[in-house]
Amino acid sequence: MSHLDLLTFARGSALNWALIVFAAGIVLRLFEILGLGRKADLARPRTDSPGSGWRTIFSRTLPPPGMLKREPVTYFGGYVFHFGLFIAIFFFAPHIEFFRGMTGLHWSSLPSALVDASVVAAIVALGALLAHRLNNKVKRMLSGLGDYIAWTATMLPLLTGYMAYHHLFVEYTLMLTLHLFSVELLLVLLPFTKLFHTFSLFISRWYNGDFFGRKGVAS
Amino acid sequence: MSATLEKGLNAFKEVIDAPIASYFSSCVHCGLCAEACLFHNETGDPKYTPIHKLEPLRRVWKQEYTLLGKLGKMLGLTKPVTDAELTEWEPLVYDSCSMCGRCSMVCPVGNDITYMIRKMREGMAASGHAPEDLVGATTRAVTIGSPMGIKWPAVMAQIKHVQAETHIEVPVDKEGADYLVLMSSMEIINFPEYLSALSRIFKQAGVSWTLAQDAFEATNSGIQIGASDLAREIVGRIVVAAERLKVKCVISPECGHAFTAIRWEGPNLMGKPFGFEVKHILEVLDELHTAGRIKTRGKDKRPLTYHDPCQISRRGGVVEQPRRLLGAIAEDFREMPDAGVMNWCCGGGGGVSANSRAEPLRLEAFKVKKRQIETTDVHTLVTACANCRIVMEEGLEHYHMKVDVIGLTELLVDYLVEGE
Repeated sequence: MSHLDLLTFARGSALNWALIVFAAGIVLRLFEILGLGRKADLARPRTDSPGSGWRTIFSRTLPPPGMLKREPVTYFGGYVFHFGLFIAIFFFAPHIEFFRGMTGLHWSSLPSALVDASVVAAIVALGALLAHRLNNKVKRMLSGLGDYIAWTATMLPLLTGYMAYHHLFVEYTLMLTLHLFSVELLLVLLPFTKLFHTFSLFISRWYNGDFFGRKGVAS
Repeated sequence: MSATLEKGLNAFKEVIDAPIASYFSSCVHCGLCAEACLFHNETGDPKYTPIHKLEPLRRVWKQEYTLLGKLGKMLGLTKPVTDAELTEWEPLVYDSCSMCGRCSMVCPVGNDITYMIRKMREGMAASGHAPEDLVGATTRAVTIGSPMGIKWPAVMAQIKHVQAETHIEVPVDKEGADYLVLMSSMEIINFPEYLSALSRIFKQAGVSWTLAQDAFEATNSGIQIGASDLAREIVGRIVVAAERLKVKCVISPECGHAFTAIRWEGPNLMGKPFGFEVKHILEVLDELHTAGRIKTRGKDKRPLTYHDPCQISRRGGVVEQPRRLLGAIAEDFREMPDAGVMNWCCGGGGGVSANSRAEPLRLEAFKVKKRQIETTDVHTLVTACANCRIVMEEGLEHYHMKVDVIGLTELLVDYLVEGE
């Protein structure tokens, strides 16, 4: 099988299957969570605060007072990594073309140099977060195989994407293929690992905000 | 599998709901909750990381409520939760968690870890893995009516004492009163000044109130140990009395978890919304003060600070009221660092203070409170929870700190304008 054949496979059947597993996995996991339901809270809320759950979805992105100083690596590393990854996925011109091909939707891209810098920042941040995970007593204790698999599955698309863009180490077609395979691995793993927080955190933050909001406390 | 373990695991399965499933699904093992926990903060021991305290519950969720977990269980690839593991986890779930809720405020994915600890305790208690002291307190609360074994004659003795001191009648079982006043065992035994202060304040404000012979105790060991059936029985006494006496409002005393028990858990335990309101005493005092029904004269000249009891501020929403009241009667009120909804726990909430095994750890955790107080450079500490008060008094004594601890209600009465 030539590199081109492999690329065709990666862009065709492999991608389709990965997307099917991704979509089905997301639906299944959402059903597993929301299907459990919750009992209605019969305690009279302090104030009617229908927006507290929604507000917390956004407000929890910011560190509570004092926390940034306590855990700068986790916060800064987290922000840089997530932001860099977001830019790379959604604002790199070839990616937008890819989304246009799939959904018909498109939007403006950012300059490649800026996206490139974001990817480098995300890779460095991810590296720092791994080092912190290995060195911090709490994080090390909490970490299992799943955490390292999730880290690897997130790092690979960034690395392969960077190497493909810069034509490093391996022939371009093969590197692009590897990039696609790494993305497909990420898609398949996402619903079944902690990477699912990409979706579930909106639910968990909402519940938290709703709970505190009913008591008149902004969380 | 032993019958008790099976009961415990069934209780775990029963308490897992959509919020808990979303919380476990969202956890990225960032460990930030550890930074918010006073037990981890003061010991540096990673085992006190809040989310780690829930590990057995997490595994039950995964094995029972996720496809991958179920497959793993079928193939024998997952580790079942055992009695030995729950024994190991008992001190983590009870001794090193005061259910203060600080971790729930900082989790970046929004996990309400305290909510999960409360639920997990249901399974721990059902499987026979609750601390002996809490079992004793709960048994006394159910059989005698109070976790400290106090019966109505002890309350009567205090009533007589208060009446002799204030020359104000303390109403008992008065049908149609506006307010039903509850007390905590700690107030009955250690802080009789609370009832005396209330009598004087309510007389001045012209408040119609009553005590109930069959429902004087507000504390609820059932919610601390994690036994909802017992918690329901204890709350039920208050509900029955409030309905019998046709009161408009039940006043929760200066006690943190009692407020959670009756205000927030009560209707859910009873399975129906209450036909009466439930307010914390600070809310009532603030309302009376704002409405001009109680007036104060003069201000306390001592520099003083206020300790926010977790269940009253962070988990209860009573944050501004004590500050408004203190603003009226304190000349030099100083906030501690992290005051308000991010205040640090005294270390004795959630049943920790009733658990003698946890005492050394509790005193270790008190160091954060010690630092908070030292920062303010005061020698008077005001609070609104009798349990916080006794826990802080012990902590202050342990660290040889000369700081007086007083309840806000009794401080207020010192400046009350009476007889005008």
